[in-house]
Amino acid sequence: MIEPGLFRSAGFRFGLVYAVLMTISAAALAMFLWWFTAGLLDRQTASAIRADAQGLIERFDEEGDEGGIKALVSTIEDRLAADVDDEAIYLLVDANMHRVAGNLDTWPSIVDTPGEWRQLQVRRGGMRSSALVFRYELPGGYHLLVGRDVQVRVQLGNLLTDALIWAVAIVLAMATAGAIIVRSLFRRTVANVSATASAIAAGDFAQRVKVSGRGDEFDQLAEVINDMLDRITRLMDGVRQVSNAIAHDLRTPITRARARLEEAARGAESSADLHAAIDRATIDLDGIVAVFQALLRIAEIEAGSRRASFQRVDIVTVLEGVADLYGAVAEEKGVALQVSHPRRLEINGDAALIQQAVANLVDNAVKFSPENGTVKLAAVLDGRRIRIIVTDRGPGIPEQDRLRATERFYRGDAARGTPGSGLGLALVQAVAYLHGGVLRLEDARPGLNAVLDLAWSENPDG
Amino acid sequence: MRILVVEDDRDVAGFVVRGLKETGHVVEHADNGRDGLFMAASENFDAIILDRMLPGGIDGLKILETLRAQKNAVPVMILSALADVDERVKGLKAGGDDYLTKPFAFAELLARVEALGRRGKAETTQTKLVVEDLELDLLSRQVRRAGQKIDLQPREFRLLEYLMRHAGQVVTRTMLLEGVWDYHFDPQTNVIDVHVSRLRQKVDKPFPIPLIHTVRYAGYMLRAEGAV
Repeated sequence: MIEPGLFRSAGFRFGLVYAVLMTISAAALAMFLWWFTAGLLDRQTASAIRADAQGLIERFDEEGDEGGIKALVSTIEDRLAADVDDEAIYLLVDANMHRVAGNLDTWPSIVDTPGEWRQLQVRRGGMRSSALVFRYELPGGYHLLVGRDVQVRVQLGNLLTDALIWAVAIVLAMATAGAIIVRSLFRRTVANVSATASAIAAGDFAQRVKVSGRGDEFDQLAEVINDMLDRITRLMDGVRQVSNAIAHDLRTPITRARARLEEAARGAESSADLHAAIDRATIDLDGIVAVFQALLRIAEIEAGSRRASFQRVDIVTVLEGVADLYGAVAEEKGVALQVSHPRRLEINGDAALIQQAVANLVDNAVKFSPENGTVKLAAVLDGRRIRIIVTDRGPGIPEQDRLRATERFYRGDAARGTPGSGLGLALVQAVAYLHGGVLRLEDARPGLNAVLDLAWSENPDG
Repeated sequence: MRILVVEDDRDVAGFVVRGLKETGHVVEHADNGRDGLFMAASENFDAIILDRMLPGGIDGLKILETLRAQKNAVPVMILSALADVDERVKGLKAGGDDYLTKPFAFAELLARVEALGRRGKAETTQTKLVVEDLELDLLSRQVRRAGQKIDLQPREFRLLEYLMRHAGQVVTRTMLLEGVWDYHFDPQTNVIDVHVSRLRQKVDKPFPIPLIHTVRYAGYMLRAEGAV
């Protein structure tokens, strides 16, 4: 069964590549085996024949023409007598092809040219047998045939060939089976990812790629995809949250501004009333714009594009700057702002954003600190983390609200009635995420401990 | 001051042009990129207010880059709805002297444009700033009023220096945040007011005539009594 577009299926291609590779390697192995067994035997036989013939011819040459033949005949007979394995084959014939010596009766007709290897069937002692022979020409019209009986070797060779052919056939079958398995494995893994992707494309964002737990490449891929999906979900939630927030929290001031303007247009008694109404509406609009800008800024930070412009940021300077800016406000309120930090502390980041995050935390702390209280601003390097900790002695945030405190527009009970948009902590959290960190809100008993926990990185320039 | 406004939105342009004229400036207006570039390149202005997205094939940044390539150093304030940090950096890199995002308060725009126009001339190598009987020595970093030494914290010194460099001009809270603290965001809380009020305690309180004035809806101004 050939499916349409089979060659376009990656699973099929992987299976095919697997099968071809396996067959090629099995064939290579078989050829190697053949070369080193049957081939080696053949080569050994040939070299034995050559050495044998060399000895005979030398013997012939030593004695000269007439004596040569006699010496040759006696040497052949000696050798035949000494051949216990009955493998050697000799035949010496004269110019008329009459047998002079040797253990073959007649000259085999197919051995017609000298200097060529021939494998032939011989009949010796009533038994058919295979022999490898070589023909030499001697002076005086004599011909010499030297050879070896290779019947056993031929049988061995056939056995080996059969075995190897069977082996290749089995390998081929196993390769095909393997290819099918590889293909289905591949399919199943891809199907896992692809099912998740289609579910998400259809709008079900809760779906995740299943992780087998083996920790292999597919698991790694699954984890990367799941991380990506988590991030997308977070961003989508952010967008949803923002649209909800815009719906709820921006409508109110817009309605207020609109009402003021309409009322002024309809019923202002004097131009002073009109001016006052317009001024108040302008202030409302400015507030809306500020909220809008804060929202956009959080969105910009969450998009992560600011990471491209990260530089070395001197945390000490940031802390001193914020303390300087808010020191006066704190003093005015009778709040003591205490700053502590190591002599030097640098990370890779966006200076303006870290500045704003710290400023937001200090702003909150000073705002909620009781009079004559203390606000502590501290930075510590702990292993590979930098912690910027802002502690106040204010009302704190009740435990059940702490997680929600970093949501956009969330305002705790304590914050109602104080100025603010409810976006400060959301921005701090976005900045923390951008710097590979988190914002933790802890109970300072009494008060709040806001911990900006950022990833510390060594200066790449040393 | 002679100011060129390049802005295609009729309402915004009208609002800016009228406002600038009311405060005594001579204003020219171009409503597309081509006219804007032509006027900016062929006439002399003390400052240009430049919108970024303009019709006519030439946008604000293009105008700015062309002017700067011609070694035209006229102070330019970019006015744009593109508020991202990156966009701001792009604008300043192209040669802008200031960047104001829409929507904006007219007081903010006016204060910044006047500061820009002033910067072209006044920023010479002064070593001493004097307003009335208030003297600020930039070298010895000492402040005296009516011959009496006033002790200031380093940041208070820089705040006063900024106000004195812009004496007679409105300085907004945002300008102070950017110019003195190098902060480019709105801290919501009235931090600047507190700093200014502390400076007042030292510079104005012990003396009969106040120099630092609050300008409603806009910011602050340091000026001699009687001067506008």
